[in-house]
Amino acid sequence: MSAKSLVEEMKRGLDAPICLTWELTYACNLQCVHCLSSSGQRDERELSTDEAKKILDDLRDLQVFYINIGGGEPMVRRDFFELLEYSVSNGIGVKFSTNGAFIDEEKAQRLASMDYIDIQISLDGVDAATNDAVRGEGSHAMAIRAMDNLKAANFGQFKISVVVTRHNVSQLDQFKALADFYGAQLRITRLRPAGRGADTWHELHPTNAQQREIYDWLLKHGENVLTGDSFFHLNAFGEALPGLNMCGAGRVVCLIDPIGDVYACPFVIHDEFKAGNVRDEGGFAKVWKKSDLFLSLREPQSAGACASCGAFDACQGGCMAAKFFTGLPLDGPDPECVAGDADEALSVVTRSSAPKPGMDHSKPITLTRKKLPVGA
Amino acid sequence: MTVALASVLEIHPQVAVRPEAFGALAYHYGNRRLIFLKHPDVVTVVQALHDHPDVQSTLSACGVTQDRWPSFIAALTSLETSEVVREREITG
Ligand code: SF4
Ligand code: SF4
Repeated sequence: MSAKSLVEEMKRGLDAPICLTWELTYACNLQCVHCLSSSGQRDERELSTDEAKKILDDLRDLQVFYINIGGGEPMVRRDFFELLEYSVSNGIGVKFSTNGAFIDEEKAQRLASMDYIDIQISLDGVDAATNDAVRGEGSHAMAIRAMDNLKAANFGQFKISVVVTRHNVSQLDQFKALADFYGAQLRITRLRPAGRGADTWHELHPTNAQQREIYDWLLKHGENVLTGDSFFHLNAFGEALPGLNMCGAGRVVCLIDPIGDVYACPFVIHDEFKAGNVRDEGGFAKVWKKSDLFLSLREPQSAGACASCGAFDACQGGCMAAKFFTGLPLDGPDPECVAGDADEALSVVTRSSAPKPGMDHSKPITLTRKKLPVGA
Repeated sequence: MTVALASVLEIHPQVAVRPEAFGALAYHYGNRRLIFLKHPDVVTVVQALHDHPDVQSTLSACGVTQDRWPSFIAALTSLETSEVVREREITG
């Protein structure tokens, strides 16, 4: 079977997801300006430990091989390690994303002693200035300290995960060098206008010239760099990049959020893409197999305005989430269409008319007053 | 290694196989790779390897006609490379 027919198979949906993200909490010690889930504060409806274990039981029965755990900052949950261990003992591998704040020496050793755990440290700039502008003051040092601890504990190959923005495209080589230094693997992903990212996307997303840079860089280094489904819209430049070259939302991808809502993908937290809740009768399995939303996503999708574009086979019209939160039609070009076919449509949607992310757990804005120097 | 009719194989102990409409998905917990088994018959053969002395007897037992053996040998060779199957370890 060729790669293409596999993609066709996957578009019809799998019996269980292969890229399931589970955000354990909306609580976070940071407040990144592009946070895809608008995290900050815990939601009082978050799943209990028992409910979380019940989900893991369901995933085991569905033969889900591994899950991606995120948040918020998942390590703030008190039962974090308990859930990790429960998952692994059920045959479900875990990759979790963290800002690293809680990976001290002891936790690093504990993690290093566990099997089937993979860690992804978020870092959006090789230097503190670039990183902290997006992820908050002190967050660069936090991530580096976590990586040092993992290295010292001989964790093995963890991942450094970078959201590519206008300000760090020029650092791709340096990110690769940093990953090599730690014996880590580099993962670069696309900035999508989801969560708080909907407000900052217009300022942060790469320019079209930079998209070309990313594409060229990935052609050269892509085999050793993870990208997930981030950059298939760039395939319209020419040769296909390595990675998952399709939108897997509701077909091979989905999100379970901290309160148990199931969305088509982590970047579409909005009622329109909510398929159900794990607390509903039938649990996650029923949502995955039977929800109207997921079944409809597994039907052939219309190419819309992209149908006449010669690059459609390669680019598939791009990312549904990116279109949705920039107010573009779902069956048309991606807002970052490299042919520029979305530019006109984008110029007429006003930001206030674009759909708003479904939930906001951002911390209330507090004015932190810096202490005035004595004598001032 | 090239797989031959006389090879003695088994599913790699770190691999889980999940049936799908097109065949099955295999996941290797060690190298964290997903592998697509693209034909239901290949899945049947892979899962039966352990119950028969060698590849040839597995193919016969699974009702794979002789004209298809070369393509199954090729499929098993590539699955051996991706560590979905391996040479069987003789225990006890
Ligand atoms: S909507 Fe975008 S981010 Fe979500 S699965 Fe599709 S391509 Fe990926
Ligand atoms: S018009 Fe559509 S298919 Fe063509 S490059 Fe743009 S997004 Fe891709």
